Amino acid sequence: MSKVFEQPHSLYSEFERKTAGSKKTTHYCPGCGHGNVHKMIAEALDDLEIAERSVFVSPVGCSVFGYYYFNSGNFQSAHGRAAAVATGVKRANPDSVVISYQGDGDLAAIGTAETIHAANRGENITVIFINNAIYGMTGGQMAPTTMIGQRSTTTPRGRSEVDHGNPVRVCEMLATLPAPTYIERVGLGNSKQIMKARKAIRKALKIQKEGRGYSFVEILAPCPTGWKMDPPQARDHLLDTMEEIFPLGVYKDISDEREEHSWDRLSSPFEVEKRHEYLQAMKTPLDLEPIELPTDLNCKFAGFGGQGILTLGLFLAQVGMKAGHQVSWFPAYGPEMRGGTANCSVNVSRERIGAPTVEHPNVLVAMNQPSLEMFEKDIVDGGWIFVDSGICTGEPDRERLKVTMIPAAEIADKVGTPKVANVVMLGALCAATEMFPADYVKDTLKVIVKRQELVDMNLKAFDAGWEFVRKDG
Amino acid sequence: MATELKPYMEVDFELCKGCQLCIDVCPKGVIAISDKLNSSSYHPAYYTGDGCTGCGLCFYACPEPGAIRVVKP
Repeated sequence: MSKVFEQPHSLYSEFERKTAGSKKTTHYCPGCGHGNVHKMIAEALDDLEIAERSVFVSPVGCSVFGYYYFNSGNFQSAHGRAAAVATGVKRANPDSVVISYQGDGDLAAIGTAETIHAANRGENITVIFINNAIYGMTGGQMAPTTMIGQRSTTTPRGRSEVDHGNPVRVCEMLATLPAPTYIERVGLGNSKQIMKARKAIRKALKIQKEGRGYSFVEILAPCPTGWKMDPPQARDHLLDTMEEIFPLGVYKDISDEREEHSWDRLSSPFEVEKRHEYLQAMKTPLDLEPIELPTDLNCKFAGFGGQGILTLGLFLAQVGMKAGHQVSWFPAYGPEMRGGTANCSVNVSRERIGAPTVEHPNVLVAMNQPSLEMFEKDIVDGGWIFVDSGICTGEPDRERLKVTMIPAAEIADKVGTPKVANVVMLGALCAATEMFPADYVKDTLKVIVKRQELVDMNLKAFDAGWEFVRKDG
Repeated sequence: MATELKPYMEVDFELCKGCQLCIDVCPKGVIAISDKLNSSSYHPAYYTGDGCTGCGLCFYACPEPGAIRVVKP
């Protein structure tokens, strides 16, 4: 039977990041192990026919550019967080095949917690762990896996047990956990090892494809540049030295005992039933009709901490949720409980929301001058802007935007307390946008305001804001 | 008489980084390193032209995805 060994289809034929003339070679050094592993993963994606639904999570390290190589879904995660990101991807998309690809600095130092807990939860993901016993990308510093006696730029006299501790053996640690399905350590020291590594990668991905649970493959890989050796020397070093500290073999394999799809987690937080469950948990009556929206609302609420900015966002999100729409609420604030800056992004959408951030709002509520200055320019043309005219000194662009200047804090003070200025703004917002009827919002407020003695005051504040807009036309 | 199809390997002159790992793993010793430099200033490997069995070990030893192609008819 004829056979051709060539570049797998799951790798791009050209690597966009590279400069013209060298777009077909990787950015890796000669003799680096990443290329071999990329090739073997891509080949497995081809053969298992899972490339279309695979998501490759790149770490921080030399393999940070995974997304330039793998023709699959891609995420580039913060340093060490790949297993946590992979968890999120997998749970939101249970049909995906998620590969968390990490080096030793990423996985075993800054990402130790994520690594251990993803394994302990038995996430149905595949973790590929490239162990070259050094921080390669940053220039050869000591890594958690650096061996005793090994010289690095930060252990120029060699790693010592007393000063630096012992190398971390991740497979051995993870194998103590009950949840993982498959844990193996392989190497790239010679052809026999490489073919075993190929087999292990395929097995790990197959386990995930079949929903049998967490799979982990550690691959001892050479870093000729970091080790200051030529490529053949580096492979020999791997065989002579690394293997002794990191013995190869299967540390755990209970894939036969695990039923297919036994580790699928089909949680879907966006299901309508879930939303209703949540609403019922909050004792919100569900007898109100859904409300059609003429447009999605992408809102930014901004001001000082303590003005109730985040609560304003929550209120609107809850009104939108009750009206039958998809919502998100995304706060951003400083460590100060009062007096720092705070803002939140709220989407009320007729369709499922991809990202909870709002870069170009169609509604801005600015409750202080810095917020007005910071966010006005981001509003889309024709968007609504609500400014506390008692606090802000600036005037928004009336040509471009639908402007409501409202002394919300002063109005709130007359109602009873300036603390309900946020609800005055909510009233103004609902009146000006004409998205939600007043009674509808007030019915919602009655159940979502936590302290019942404050309900009346909130309703009054809402009315005051509503009437201010309606009176002014 | 039809010529018998033989297995062969080929190295892309421009994509090879000259790490020599394919040479190390070739069981038949039929890969060598070129005296010429490619445009990235590496001495690439090349197939000496006879004896390849199409085992594919060089393909997996090679860290570059597209530098080596092995055909086993």
